[in-house]
Amino acid sequence: MTATPVVLTLAAALIVIGMAGVLARRNLMFMLVSVELVFNGAGLAFIAAGAHWAQPDGQVMFLLILSVSGAETATALALMLRLERHYGTLDVDAMRQLRD
Amino acid sequence: MDEPAVLLWLVPALPLAGALVLALMGRRWPETWIARLACATVAASAVLAAIMGADYLAAPGARVQVLWSWFTAGELSPAVALRLDGLSLVMVAVITGIGFLVHLYSSAYMAGEEGYGRYFAWLNLFVAAMLVLVLADDLLLLFVGWELVGLCSYLLIGFWYRDPANGAAARKALIMTMAGDVPLVIGLLLLFSSLGSTAMPTLLGQAAESWPPGTALPITAALLLAFGAIGKSAQLPLHTWLPSAMAGPTPVSALLHAATMVTAGVYLIARLHPLFALAPPVLAFLAWLGAITLLLAGLHALVQNDIKRVLAWSTVSQLGFMFMALGVGAVTAAMFHLFVHAFFKALLFLAAGVAILALGHEQDLRRMGGLQQRAPWAFWGFLAGGASLAAVPFISAGFFSKELILAALWQRGGGALWAVAWVGAVLTAAYITRAFIIGFLGAPVTPATGATGWRMHLPVALLVLPTLGAGWLAPPFGALLAPASGATLPATETAFLPALLAALAPLLGIAFAWYALHRRPASAPPRLASVQDTGFDRFYGAWVRGPYRRLAQRLADDPFDRPFMAAAHLAHFLWQVLSATQDGRLRRYALVLVAGTAVLLAMVMT
Repeated sequence: MTATPVVLTLAAALIVIGMAGVLARRNLMFMLVSVELVFNGAGLAFIAAGAHWAQPDGQVMFLLILSVSGAETATALALMLRLERHYGTLDVDAMRQLRD
Repeated sequence: MDEPAVLLWLVPALPLAGALVLALMGRRWPETWIARLACATVAASAVLAAIMGADYLAAPGARVQVLWSWFTAGELSPAVALRLDGLSLVMVAVITGIGFLVHLYSSAYMAGEEGYGRYFAWLNLFVAAMLVLVLADDLLLLFVGWELVGLCSYLLIGFWYRDPANGAAARKALIMTMAGDVPLVIGLLLLFSSLGSTAMPTLLGQAAESWPPGTALPITAALLLAFGAIGKSAQLPLHTWLPSAMAGPTPVSALLHAATMVTAGVYLIARLHPLFALAPPVLAFLAWLGAITLLLAGLHALVQNDIKRVLAWSTVSQLGFMFMALGVGAVTAAMFHLFVHAFFKALLFLAAGVAILALGHEQDLRRMGGLQQRAPWAFWGFLAGGASLAAVPFISAGFFSKELILAALWQRGGGALWAVAWVGAVLTAAYITRAFIIGFLGAPVTPATGATGWRMHLPVALLVLPTLGAGWLAPPFGALLAPASGATLPATETAFLPALLAALAPLLGIAFAWYALHRRPASAPPRLASVQDTGFDRFYGAWVRGPYRRLAQRLADDPFDRPFMAAAHLAHFLWQVLSATQDGRLRRYALVLVAGTAVLLAMVMT
């Protein structure tokens, strides 16, 4: 039972590191990797909570996150391929056409 | 109700149905179909009216046909009811008879024009609206017909809408008559609020019972209603639309001046005469208004060079005669003049139309001339109509009706009104003689190129008959109207001297015009005065149209709209602020997201 705060701290660290990566990085590929870190942090938090309350829901949610992030990664990679062909770079700051 | 009168509703319904069908199919049908349908509906109405007229003469007495109850709002529950009595029978006969002849004439006159179907749809609607007006038993239904007639006149005057001047003339007709319609509506509301009904028999009965003659209420109501009549019948302050209405096709003018529209005002006063009888000052006002209109329009007609404008001003002056007769209470004389005027004015316009078409759309009297051989139908038709308008003694119908009016004026109106009317009669004879001499006699100027067919000649020939002969109908006419109007013909045994003078008036006018045009040598062409614009148009332009336009310009940027526009400006400002945040930088969006989440988390945790 005492492991829960440690695991939750680790999960929070993963989320914060991932968020920082999203904000700091300009390359789309690294931003995607950072987003994956955030996902894993969230998943870890679910696992810890499930273990803490002795409920299977945490594991169910983790499996859901796993599949969703898999789908997301596949879509994002495909988009990135198109973007790279179109812009010749993966720098997000170059992609500013969707604005008012 | 006996058998024929059951079909009364068909009289206005047939032309109305024709109008609807033509409005829908007019673009697709060939001209012959359109003309046949339009003529057939009006002809059927005329036949029905004739059957009902024979039935009425056999057994006089008003027939009322209640079709349905229109609506009920508190005390107000007008019925859609038709009423056939002597007065409406005369009007129906004139409208359907002349309406049919004008339809037949138009089918040839308008041949090949763009919008043939549109023309006949509106012409049918015009006849239907006028029939509703004269058959209505309820003032509200009468008003519906009244406004429909105004609408149709607008549509037909502006028929050749590609020329902006025609559109302006049409708008002028609509606005000028509307200026009279507003007081009319107020008068209707006043009648309803003080008498509690809009059905005319009830209304007139209650007015006679509860209103003492000469008090404020009947005078106000009668004056308000009179303004509507003044606008529709083109009397003095509101008369300027009628000469401008010449922008429309000539058969439309014939219909407008003879059978429909301008007769509506005279009809309204004749129909509500018991109410006007309670307001002697209003009657005196109408009589003098008619007198001034008569003189002024006669003088205008004397100096026009456009044949249609001469006829237009002559209509204004003849309506002045009718208003004078109404003003002294001689309803029968006024209605008889309306009846006779309808025939000879339609004849004059149709004959003028034949001449205009024969000369290739030439309307200037000075460029016509020599029409006896080249357009005999127009020549003899115009001669007969002109003789009736000038009131040539005994051989024309106009003589009898004008004699009736002059006799009534002598008996009831006093010397001054009679003298004005007499001068007006001289003027009438003078201006139509002048128009005839310049336009139809003399040497040909414009070559005759246009062709006119039997469909134009037949109506002219048919109209010559009543134009010359209808005068002998005066005694039965008086008997027909007596129960409806409550007024009988003035006794015919008037003083000998005024009758003789009245008979001499047209001869004097003709002689005057003849002498004025022929005293100079034949080699020198007569110098002709020409007045296109009248002082009234300038007056209205300077004192009504100008200030109104200036006011409109001042209000163009709409100061009252500013508070409402402030809301729009605020929304625009907020849009600018918010849209600045959408700059397309993905990482900034993410930053805002994270910051927002952090703030929310902080709020939740504390």
